[in-house]
Amino acid sequence: MRALWGAMTPRGKVLLAVLVVALLAAPLAVNRYLLSVLTLTLYFVYVGQAWNLMMGYAGQLSLGHALYVGLGGYVAAALWVHFGIGPWLGVFPAVAVAAAFGAAIGWLGFRFGIEGVYFALLTIAFAEFTRIGFDHIAFTGGAGGLFLPYEEKRLGEWWNLRGGQDFFYYLAFALASGGVVIAALLSRARLGFQWLAIREDEIAARALGIDVFRAKMKAVLISSGMTAIGGVFYAFYNNSLFPAQVFDIGRSIELILAPIVGGLGTIFGPVIGALILTPLGEILIAATERLGIDAPGVKAVFYGLLLMIIISLVPNGVWPWIVRRFALVKHKP
Amino acid sequence: MWSIYLNVVLQGVLTGLVYGLMALGLSVIFGVVRVVNFAHGEFAVIAMYAAFILFKAFGLDPLIAAAPIALAFFAVGFVLQMALINSFVSRPEHEQFILLVGLAIVITNALLMIFGPDAQPTNLPYAFDSYLVGPLIIDKVRVYAATAAVVVSAALFAFFRHTRTGAAIRACADNLVGAAVVGLNVKRLYALTFGLGLACVGAAGASMVTIADATPSLGPAYTLLAFTIVIIGGLGSMSGALVGGVLIGVSEALAGFIIAPSMKSMFSFALLIAVLVLRPQGLMGKKRT
Repeated sequence: MRALWGAMTPRGKVLLAVLVVALLAAPLAVNRYLLSVLTLTLYFVYVGQAWNLMMGYAGQLSLGHALYVGLGGYVAAALWVHFGIGPWLGVFPAVAVAAAFGAAIGWLGFRFGIEGVYFALLTIAFAEFTRIGFDHIAFTGGAGGLFLPYEEKRLGEWWNLRGGQDFFYYLAFALASGGVVIAALLSRARLGFQWLAIREDEIAARALGIDVFRAKMKAVLISSGMTAIGGVFYAFYNNSLFPAQVFDIGRSIELILAPIVGGLGTIFGPVIGALILTPLGEILIAATERLGIDAPGVKAVFYGLLLMIIISLVPNGVWPWIVRRFALVKHKP
Repeated sequence: MWSIYLNVVLQGVLTGLVYGLMALGLSVIFGVVRVVNFAHGEFAVIAMYAAFILFKAFGLDPLIAAAPIALAFFAVGFVLQMALINSFVSRPEHEQFILLVGLAIVITNALLMIFGPDAQPTNLPYAFDSYLVGPLIIDKVRVYAATAAVVVSAALFAFFRHTRTGAAIRACADNLVGAAVVGLNVKRLYALTFGLGLACVGAAGASMVTIADATPSLGPAYTLLAFTIVIIGGLGSMSGALVGGVLIGVSEALAGFIIAPSMKSMFSFALLIAVLVLRPQGLMGKKRT
């Protein structure tokens, strides 16, 4: 951490401090709606970080991360609804189940040399398979969805993740900061450098004596486990889970937009990406509503166009460009 | 009793051939251009809507409309490859993927804005006609659609085997550097290939309208379906796409009949996972190096 802090220019340090203070003070200044947008933004920062570890650092393209969000959410929610086990305890089995799925996918993929596009398709296949499966599991409500009861008397029980908008905002802030710190630590750790080596040239990495299979497995395990925690948050924040919604491939894509737009394999890429995309999406919805256009696809069309433009013009994302333009880091990012 | 199963299987084979034609387009594009068209199913849905509109406005039979639609799609594919995708050919896989996913999102949601989420039934006059062959009851529309699929596929096979351009495209796929060295215009051939791939989707989409109702959400589903088929058959293998299509068609029909219609695609994905693990190059694919 210290090395990263030291690498920043004074201007970079000031901006980071301003951002943190502004986010911490936000609930005092903004209304409920804006706070919900910010909460959503921070959630996408967090899951974006989790995905970025796997793709941005280790170079393994997963297009099925909604699987881990869904599994995490469903496990914790089912434990709460059926057995009254609170989410702080429920998060452990949630992470375990998601990581087990991640391990299965990773093992199949890496052991049998399924790479690139094929690996991405394997992750999609697993997510779709699970989506349809959950449609038929009566224990979690099937296609009709799983609902977390809203009880007035439980509202203050933060230890059961039953709180108001402020509470969930700070929880999302804690998750997002945690995600950034984990990414920062890993990027400077031995494992992080192994991932970079594998991403750049797997054969060369192997020649250097890196246990490629092990390093990739660690990437999947950490990424899926982290994503599952995001899923627990998602479930208790939204109070409802539908297989067609949480496991949908659209969710997987939504989740990877922020790191791609921000910059793959960078620590602040997912942060910047989410800070740009989520509010932009909300503004767009508000603007079209104001104009009286009732078209459900507007936001998505805009996202799609934005993706195409960004990947054509700045394929490395916005963050590396900002870093260079405004000299936020002393050397290279 | 067995005749019911035979009916279900036959129905699966016929639907599967149309699936196969759609997947063939994907396979041809990947086999030559080495770009995975993640917007494949979305293009199929555009073709479905085009056929639907032509039928409603002019009473044009979708299977006849398939020809002009395929032609238009060829042009779209050619332009798309020339204007956009050629510059992505040598870029990393994930960048190509993001470009095409972006395109897919735009298509699906633009369709959603224009046509709304409801399924649009085409209601052909002969939609419920069927042939009776012994104990078998065969839907007329499926026979027609499958025949169209086979004809288009055969034409494509013949094109690649017997024409100079076809041979040139195969040369690009086999040895890109060699093809460029002997003076082939690789970018133009890529554009031709992408056009041909989209023409397959156009024809398949138009035929599909006779079997399924057009709705925007079919796009991602068909993309996944096409992927499943080509991976099972072997990405880049033309015959593999048809074999994979029939296999998926039959497995969907059987699973839908024996277990539950809503679980039918679960078996396709299970089949996909099994193939990826046991034979990653696909049933008919060449071993990847």
